[in-house]
Amino acid sequence: MTTTTKPATPVAATPSRRPGAGALALRQGRLEITQFLRSRESVVFTMGFPIIMILIFASIFDGTIGGGVKFTQYFITGMIATGLMTVSFQNLGIWIPIERDRGVLKRYRGTPMPKWVWFAGKVIMVVAIGIAETALLLAVAVALFDLDLPGTAEKWFTFGWVAVLGVTACTLCGIAISSLARTARSGSAVVTPVALVLQFISGVFFVFTDLPTWMQQVAALFPLKWMCQGLRSVFLPESFGAQEPGGSFELGRVAVVLALWCVIGVVLCLTTFRWTTKRDG
Amino acid sequence: MDDELAISVRGLRKAYGDNVAVAGVDLDVHRGEVFALLGPNGAGKTTTVEILEGYRRRDAGEVRVLGVDPAQPDSHWRSRVGIVLQGTGEFDELTVAEVVRHFSGFYPEADDPAKVIERVGLADKAKARTHTLSGGQRRRLDVALGIIGRPELLFLDEPTTGFDPEARREFWELIRDLAAAGTTIVLTTHYLDEAEALADRVGVIAGGRLVEVAAPNRLGNRQEALATVSWRTPEGTLQSAQSATPTAFVADLAARYGGEVPGLTVTRPTLEDVYLTMIGHAR
Repeated sequence: MTTTTKPATPVAATPSRRPGAGALALRQGRLEITQFLRSRESVVFTMGFPIIMILIFASIFDGTIGGGVKFTQYFITGMIATGLMTVSFQNLGIWIPIERDRGVLKRYRGTPMPKWVWFAGKVIMVVAIGIAETALLLAVAVALFDLDLPGTAEKWFTFGWVAVLGVTACTLCGIAISSLARTARSGSAVVTPVALVLQFISGVFFVFTDLPTWMQQVAALFPLKWMCQGLRSVFLPESFGAQEPGGSFELGRVAVVLALWCVIGVVLCLTTFRWTTKRDG
Repeated sequence: MDDELAISVRGLRKAYGDNVAVAGVDLDVHRGEVFALLGPNGAGKTTTVEILEGYRRRDAGEVRVLGVDPAQPDSHWRSRVGIVLQGTGEFDELTVAEVVRHFSGFYPEADDPAKVIERVGLADKAKARTHTLSGGQRRRLDVALGIIGRPELLFLDEPTTGFDPEARREFWELIRDLAAAGTTIVLTTHYLDEAEALADRVGVIAGGRLVEVAAPNRLGNRQEALATVSWRTPEGTLQSAQSATPTAFVADLAARYGGEVPGLTVTRPTLEDVYLTMIGHAR
């Protein structure tokens, strides 16, 4: 028996071509985005849903909420927050179980790819799609319903950090909740009710302060309410802060709660994430 | 650790609850060898191989794969091991070329994606989305992803299940090419002819134990096996006897019957008989 220790192809002919860690993450992100954009259901559902909702809401409630501020100006905050949650929490909570069930994750684990590269790919995809979807939503609202965009750099800055913290928290929670689904099909059964209930109690479809107090208190435990509240500080006049449950937009508390959910999400991901299905041992 | 060994296993055990999947396996696979793990469904083939691949944890035993404990796989080790699993997922929205190119980026000494696609016979499907491939073509893509990193050791778990005979022959040629280039290959199969056609040595696994390891033509001491002589007595009942010297035995019988022996047959066990006896005993 021959005991050649290496495949015969000379190594020198192809020097190491493996990209560096950062480049690997970008390649992974590009692959995820390509897969997302080629999957028509994801694009229509994720990108289209918030836009359809704003079209419906802006058409039903075409009056003002008081102080000459249009209803659109209020509901856009809920739609942006919901859109960000859809692209991160729901998208990942539904797709990761499918990839796990199909064995895609198991296949990645069998390669020398560092584990974090796969997570980075998901984050890059979520951020890219989230930005595109939010921009589209704002463009539609400005073009059709005369939405007033934030007027100061400070407000854009608040918009930025609320969106980044919110998306991060929702992404991590989406990855974490994906481990609850036992099969490919059960992902959406796990995620959709959670998302829907949160949307109803967090002031996406109704003016938050019109909701029963106990409901507001339950909503305050979860990130979506705080994302909406942070965004209201961006799109509504300063004076509206007085009508919030806390008497102001409470941006400090928004940051703390969202950051806390990021920590909870990381801990859940690190402790519960599974690369293979349960029956795979 | 012997450098000539690609795989060394001592006393490997794994149970799922009360169900013992692997009940003490010892195994050595030499570098450059094609080794087949043969056994019926549920014998422990996949569990054993997935422990060697670093997917599953073992309950007990010493395991070294390319000198490394696969329970602590690092990225360097992963780059030296190619894996073709049973029924792993495809990337439905991507083309064959995109998937192979993407995976080539994970390996420090990756092969040329176009060359690998050509080699597994998917050149005319390179631009096709993977969900349009047939079962056999998907399996070829699996193999392409298994060999894109130019592994020293390649695991193939039931690689030809569901293939038609022609596809299987082509696949065997590919495996022989890889073996000729020096790749160590460990494959599991429940097809006797596949083990016989490809493997330098075959390990028969049943009930979580390796019941024998031998070259395919030596399995179960097939060459030295006793012949079975059967005949009918004058009363018409079937009689049979095992004999190491069947010619002398038949001559003796002929003398006793004074001519023709009624219903005389002399048989030796086929590979299938040997195999079925082995896995039967283990149950």
